[in-house]
Amino acid sequence: MSYTVEGSTGAWEVVVGLEVHAQVVSESKLFSGAATAFGAEPNTQVSLVDAGFPGMLPVPNRECVAQAVRTGLGLGAEIHLWSRFDRKNYFYADLPQGYQISQYAHPVVGEGAVEIELADGARKRVGITRLHLEQDAGKSLHDQHPSKSYIDLNRSGVALMEIVSEPDMRSPEEAGAYLTKLRQIMRYLGTCDGNMDEGSLRADVNVSVRKPGEGFRTRCEVKNVNSIRFVMQAVEAEARRQVEVWEEGGTVRQETRLFDTARGVTRSMRSKEEAHDYRYFPDPDLPPLVLEQGWVEELKAALPELPDARRARYARDFGLSPYDAHVLVLEKETAAYFEEVAHGRDPKLAANWVMGDLFAALNRTRRGIENPPVSARDLGALLDLMGDGTLSGKLAKEVFEAMVETGQAPGAIVEERGLRQVTDTGAIEEAARAVLDGNAGKVAEYRGGKDKLFGFFVGQVMKAMAGKGNPALVNDVLKKLLG
Amino acid sequence: MTRPTDFTLRGALDALAAREISAEELARAHLDAIEALNPRLNAYVAVTGERALERARASDARRARGEAGPLEGVPLGIKDLFCTEGVRTTAGSRILGDFVPPYESTVTANLLRDGAVFLGKTNLDEFAMGSSNTTSAAGPVENPWNRRNDPDTRLVPGGSSGGSAAAVAARLALGATATDTGGSIRQPAAFCGIAGMKPTYGRCSRWGVVAFASSLDQAGPMARTVEDCATLLRSMSGFDPKDSTSADMPVPDFAAACGRSVKGLRIGVPCEYRLDGMPAEIEALWQQGLEWLREAGAETVEISLPHAKYALPTYYIVAPAEASSNLARYDGVRYGLRVEERDGDLQDLYERTRAAGFGAEVKRRIMIGTYVLSAGYYDAYYLKAQKVRALIKRDFDEVFAASGAKVDAIVTPATPSAAFGMDEKQDDPVAMYLNDVFTVTANLAGLPGLSVPAGLDTQGLPLGLQVIGRAFDEETVFAVGAALERAAAFEALPAVMAGKTARAAG
Amino acid sequence: MSLDADTVRRVASLARIRMEPAELARMEAELNGILGWVEQLQAVPTEGVEPMAGGGAVSLRLREDAVADGGKAEAVLANAPDREGAYFGVPKVVE
Ligand SMILES: [Mg+2]
Ligand SMILES: [Zn+2]
Repeated sequence: MSYTVEGSTGAWEVVVGLEVHAQVVSESKLFSGAATAFGAEPNTQVSLVDAGFPGMLPVPNRECVAQAVRTGLGLGAEIHLWSRFDRKNYFYADLPQGYQISQYAHPVVGEGAVEIELADGARKRVGITRLHLEQDAGKSLHDQHPSKSYIDLNRSGVALMEIVSEPDMRSPEEAGAYLTKLRQIMRYLGTCDGNMDEGSLRADVNVSVRKPGEGFRTRCEVKNVNSIRFVMQAVEAEARRQVEVWEEGGTVRQETRLFDTARGVTRSMRSKEEAHDYRYFPDPDLPPLVLEQGWVEELKAALPELPDARRARYARDFGLSPYDAHVLVLEKETAAYFEEVAHGRDPKLAANWVMGDLFAALNRTRRGIENPPVSARDLGALLDLMGDGTLSGKLAKEVFEAMVETGQAPGAIVEERGLRQVTDTGAIEEAARAVLDGNAGKVAEYRGGKDKLFGFFVGQVMKAMAGKGNPALVNDVLKKLLG
Repeated sequence: MTRPTDFTLRGALDALAAREISAEELARAHLDAIEALNPRLNAYVAVTGERALERARASDARRARGEAGPLEGVPLGIKDLFCTEGVRTTAGSRILGDFVPPYESTVTANLLRDGAVFLGKTNLDEFAMGSSNTTSAAGPVENPWNRRNDPDTRLVPGGSSGGSAAAVAARLALGATATDTGGSIRQPAAFCGIAGMKPTYGRCSRWGVVAFASSLDQAGPMARTVEDCATLLRSMSGFDPKDSTSADMPVPDFAAACGRSVKGLRIGVPCEYRLDGMPAEIEALWQQGLEWLREAGAETVEISLPHAKYALPTYYIVAPAEASSNLARYDGVRYGLRVEERDGDLQDLYERTRAAGFGAEVKRRIMIGTYVLSAGYYDAYYLKAQKVRALIKRDFDEVFAASGAKVDAIVTPATPSAAFGMDEKQDDPVAMYLNDVFTVTANLAGLPGLSVPAGLDTQGLPLGLQVIGRAFDEETVFAVGAALERAAAFEALPAVMAGKTARAAG
Repeated sequence: MSLDADTVRRVASLARIRMEPAELARMEAELNGILGWVEQLQAVPTEGVEPMAGGGAVSLRLREDAVADGGKAEAVLANAPDREGAYFGVPKVVE
């Protein structure tokens, strides 16, 4: 069922396109040798190029270009061997040069697409219009002084990829799924760390509404939304607002708006109200960016496996369910963890442990997969102990909990706590005889046909053995003695 | 003995090598001359005497250790468009305030590496925008030459490198750095009776030079002889990875090329440079120059550069467009002047700072540049100009073609007139722009151009001839320029110069 | 094409240069003079001509990705007209 906003005049369809700014993973900035690391002291990661000093000139970073090309390839997009940097001219306190170097007329990456998955299992293709490289601006701090803004240029000149989608999304969910997918692909590629808390990924959300069957109506751009959840909320809030405007007989004005996360509404941006005229023109400090096909091929050959391919492989080679495969590839760290556990073992068992016990432990300990309480190697070793009969499934769960608590390897825990399961039939027989002797009445009932009691005997034997009896052997022994 | 300020650069290097003079004595003589004449000429906006003497002594010490560089001990003037570490740099504008760069431009760093001694920063038109050096925030520069029959009229030195040109002509430096975006080396060189070379675009790094129009700006030398320009250029140029437009090309021994014969060279004479209303004496000098070259064994060939006549209007779209963007960084936030009202907002700060900081000509060009790039006008102006620029370059490509070239170099007048009075041509911007009519094509096409003093007009003012060459073939340009220089045997001297005035005063 | 007073005012605002009415009027006349003169370019046939943007090289050189700059906050801030500790200061910006 498709998403609509119900107004007094009926249902409205929502049209969404995203312009995503993704910070490129690189050591140094797009046009200067200053560092890009997050959280440095103000103005310490600034070259005189980034600060727009007189006579300073930009020199582009090869790795940033490579990252843009890798991302383009990962989006199945066309790579433009000839592209160019333009200047986007405007005055702003944190824009030191008075212009942003961007790729307006000739982006390095052209059309591509991503496929998104929706909660109901449906899949949808979202078109990518283009991807280009550009500089980030600095940061203004408005809350440090009653009448002043403070400017920190550490971010100034950091490389961004601006990824523009087609207006192909029709609901908050689709917008969220698209951004999730984009983030996932870039994290697999290692081209953007996707860290939204640190501003590595921001989205300008273009929203319009229309009656089903209509052409596009005027859109508004909600600027700089910095989480997937907020993107979804912003789409919803902005769509509702526009429906109200139209239904009250008004006209939606094309403008840039801000999403007020506290109140869950969008509002007009005062500072951006002035009509823009960016006066784009080719940056005369930078000749055209001409790439060699061979270099692009090299980058392509070295691309890592992407989530869609990986998910297909898990289903095909490991026999995992589509859902399990989907969950395991969501984060590349999870997939890597899973693959280490599954290596040389039963993949389905590995998947169950990762998605079950490990995920629960992550939740409980509030830790991420990149810093898990149990390493993939240790979890693998635990599976091996089950495989060779050292541990029963039940014991393994117990050992796993101990591993979460202590961080110890499973072997050490088994030794220390004497949790090794008993596979000695003599010992089992001894325990079983004692149970049967102490429950002569129930033995008689069982022999009289009350089969259900078998479970009772198993339970009693396991209890007597402190849970360490090998369940299969306990079954065998009891059947023999009761037989 | 030669007065130290009368040395050519080559002569000074020889005298230094022969220990006939020390770098310190040479610097001191020039500083004394500056002290005597600069109050009148205003060629320097800042004199760094202490620094110069210190560097000169260090230079003498290096020479004594046998570590003399190619410019060891040579005192130079530095156009105040080059950022100099620890020395205030103004670009001739109020807007830079007391800006002191924490860096040295690549070109000046190269000169220091080779042993040069900087006397100070020379005056210029504000942000290098002008042809008369009257737009400087530090006041106008006076041309050391005067009209024979009208010695009281103060003349402009040309621009924008007017301070460098006047300093070299008046012997307040053995040579100077300059920059040329539309003629700013060649036109003032011609007006002041000295030589000036704008090299191929990309030959000298633009790193650390305050930008005017990035696709046209080139640094180059000014000196009293062609060979001295060649010597300076060798030190100034070279590949710089910090400038994405710097050419990764070997730097030849330009001075050696000055001695090359021009025999067999084909010299192009573009018919489009014969302007209506051009003074007869300029046409005569041009013909004389061509005759000298024929006498030296070169062949002169009539050529056509059909789009040359559109070069000036093309330039006055392209250069202001780039400038309007390049000058956006002067906003009163990180350095330079700031003008703000109590309780004014950021917009107000920008507008007041830039209103107070920029002079009239700079504002005019920023306005033109902003307009031609703005929505709705880009195609009609900026894009059109870029296309005409491509045609202008194509004209040159055809005459200089690698195979079946029509010519090896082109010779034209350097300017359409001799130096004019400080009060003339100030009211009409377009009339002022016409000064660059012969020089601007080389900037648009990125080609090397040299101005050589070749004669005097009827008023006794110097006139120059221009040699334009193939990209990165400065050697042929120097060879042709040196041949013209030898034939012209230009020996006239300006009215105001070191020694001369001292004598008059004494 | 010629500029009217409104356009001149808009351009001055885009360029962030404060101009009093008298200056705007003078600027209007001067700009129209210059633009009238460059109008001659419209006579040049340029169909199919590739616009020439830069002055030099046909393609960009790329530098290696290494931290080789920064760590000089003092130099960056030393010329600031309003330095607020480790920051540049400007009048408060309202978004
Ligand atoms: Mg946007
Ligand atoms: Zn962007």
